[in-house]
Amino acid sequence: MTTRTIEMQLSTPTMGPEGQVRNVPLGVARRPSEQMTEDFGAEHMLVNIGPQHPATHGVLRLVVELEGEAVKRVIPHIGYLHSGFEKLGEYRFYNQIIPLTDRTDYLAPMANNVAFALAVEALMGIEITERCRLLRVIACEMSRIISHLVWAGTTGIDLGAFTPFLWMFEERERIYNLQESWTGARLTTSVARVGGMMCDVPEGWEDGLRTFVKTFPKVLREVDSMFTRNAIWCGRTQGVGAMSSADAINYSLSGPMLRASGVDYDVRKDRPYLGYDEFDFDVPIGEHGDVYDRYRVRLEEMFQSVRILDQALDRLKPGPVDVADPRITLPPKSKAMSDMEAMIYHFKQVMEGVKPPVGEVYMGVENPKGELGYYLVSDGTSKPVRWRIRPPSFLNLAALPKLCEGALLSDVIAINASIDIVMGEIDR
Amino acid sequence: MIDGSASPIDPVVDGRSPAATVALDDVTAPSTVAALRARFPTAVIRSLVVSGQTVVYIHAAQSHAVLDWLQTGPLQRFDYLTDITCVEYRDAELPLEVVYQLRSLGRRADLRVKLQLDPDARLEVASVIDLWAGADWLEREAYDMFGVVFKGHPDLRRILMWEGYAEGYPLRKAFPLRGHWSRAEQTRQALQSNPEAYYSLEELSIADAYHELPQDVKDRLAASGRVLP
Repeated sequence: MTTRTIEMQLSTPTMGPEGQVRNVPLGVARRPSEQMTEDFGAEHMLVNIGPQHPATHGVLRLVVELEGEAVKRVIPHIGYLHSGFEKLGEYRFYNQIIPLTDRTDYLAPMANNVAFALAVEALMGIEITERCRLLRVIACEMSRIISHLVWAGTTGIDLGAFTPFLWMFEERERIYNLQESWTGARLTTSVARVGGMMCDVPEGWEDGLRTFVKTFPKVLREVDSMFTRNAIWCGRTQGVGAMSSADAINYSLSGPMLRASGVDYDVRKDRPYLGYDEFDFDVPIGEHGDVYDRYRVRLEEMFQSVRILDQALDRLKPGPVDVADPRITLPPKSKAMSDMEAMIYHFKQVMEGVKPPVGEVYMGVENPKGELGYYLVSDGTSKPVRWRIRPPSFLNLAALPKLCEGALLSDVIAINASIDIVMGEIDR
Repeated sequence: MIDGSASPIDPVVDGRSPAATVALDDVTAPSTVAALRARFPTAVIRSLVVSGQTVVYIHAAQSHAVLDWLQTGPLQRFDYLTDITCVEYRDAELPLEVVYQLRSLGRRADLRVKLQLDPDARLEVASVIDLWAGADWLEREAYDMFGVVFKGHPDLRRILMWEGYAEGYPLRKAFPLRGHWSRAEQTRQALQSNPEAYYSLEELSIADAYHELPQDVKDRLAASGRVLP
């Protein structure tokens, strides 16, 4: 992103945590925490936030040690949603794992499905068809948009702005309707299969997406005008929870968190998968690494996703979706019922599943939350020896104690919201 | 490159174009292994390329020195720790592996480092939290799920399972899918342990409330016991 510096009227320059001068609106300037120590003495207080609290975005428990209103320490407790997906995956066929991936990052299920299929295909060395590739790009970018919409809406609510939440969720419904007409499910899509997709998009679906692509940027620009120069929003987010690029790398942050800190790394650009290198899009990079920059990066990413969707729709041509190898994908049902050979393959597929060769692969993709990595180890059977999920928001949340250093209690809510966590993925 | 021979590693390459990325993969990964063998002749057990990704097996005893060198070495600069995890194979004869996924953001290069441990012996490796702060929760999770002790980790306790969880390490192959205990026993234990009802020893002590506790509660806390309301 060419970071547009926000010039506020009635603002006073203050020093940010990195020593840079930030424009913070008058009246929102903070008192340094040294003054607070005098006011409240050295008495510390523990505040328990969660696990059932709307601002923790799921079942996250934070124990905050306070000195007055200044945060001395934050201890996150996770695991309330632990479901043992990785263990369960060791007892399932590869295609049976795809429904589990829905339930990890349930705010972007399609991107997870695609990532898992890509990992198995990398393990087996499968080349997918052109139409399948473009459908997957569309699925990933639709997921990015709905995930960022939820993020912006709920973060707005956390910081006291209710109206954008309604706009965001209205737009999100439109994508959910598209997902429903494609896959039959709104949330648990399970859209990808090894070597193809569950099904092709229905008749007229592309027109529906094109309408969305045309009308959605207008809503985004309204959100932009509501937030970006809003004095309250800037006061609550600028200079809050800042992290330098060196720290962001050291803490293994990924996705918008990493890029907001000024690190130019996007898996779509630097380890291109699904032919992302053929698409014309920009990667927004932040400057200060604070909550405000994370907002700007995510907002810009939605605009860029719209660009990618537009290009993918232009390139989408009729053709086969699944690879034509009956050992990998199911033969059509009509053929399985009429042709002996197809029936045998169908039976073997259902009873034994796909069998990757002995080996292992780490497949990292750029998910809305950050870099999602699937590490698969195969011993040649139809069930993986190890299916490791590298969850982006788990590692991003691990940096929360560091991000909250020197913050106020109300900043903890803003910082936690800015990480964009989803507990299904953190606890797995 | 250590002994002064010409290095095929380009110090800074903008890996923006996919062709450059592919070339980097092909060139740097084996040369990293070669440099590693030259620097630590006894540490590297073997190296191989699987699905186009380079894997290096090193001796667990030298893991910290090797990983330190990979992070800070002038031509390596694997500054980004992507992941730490463990792999246990279904074949009980095979060793348990601790897997580090490393990445150099500057060179756009990846490397997988593996340590092999005897699954029947005490599982211990050196913590890398002093090298990468991101290793904190990853090591805690590996400890929680596999029982691998990361020596030098300042706060090695369970992370996904609760603190008093006593059934074992869930991702070990010897751990059944539904756990060791019966459903009734698991339910009883889960109801008995009320994680919200108590603060951990650490949280109590940071709030200075620890010193006001009666001695018997302190003793039970020190023995990782429960403080039920």
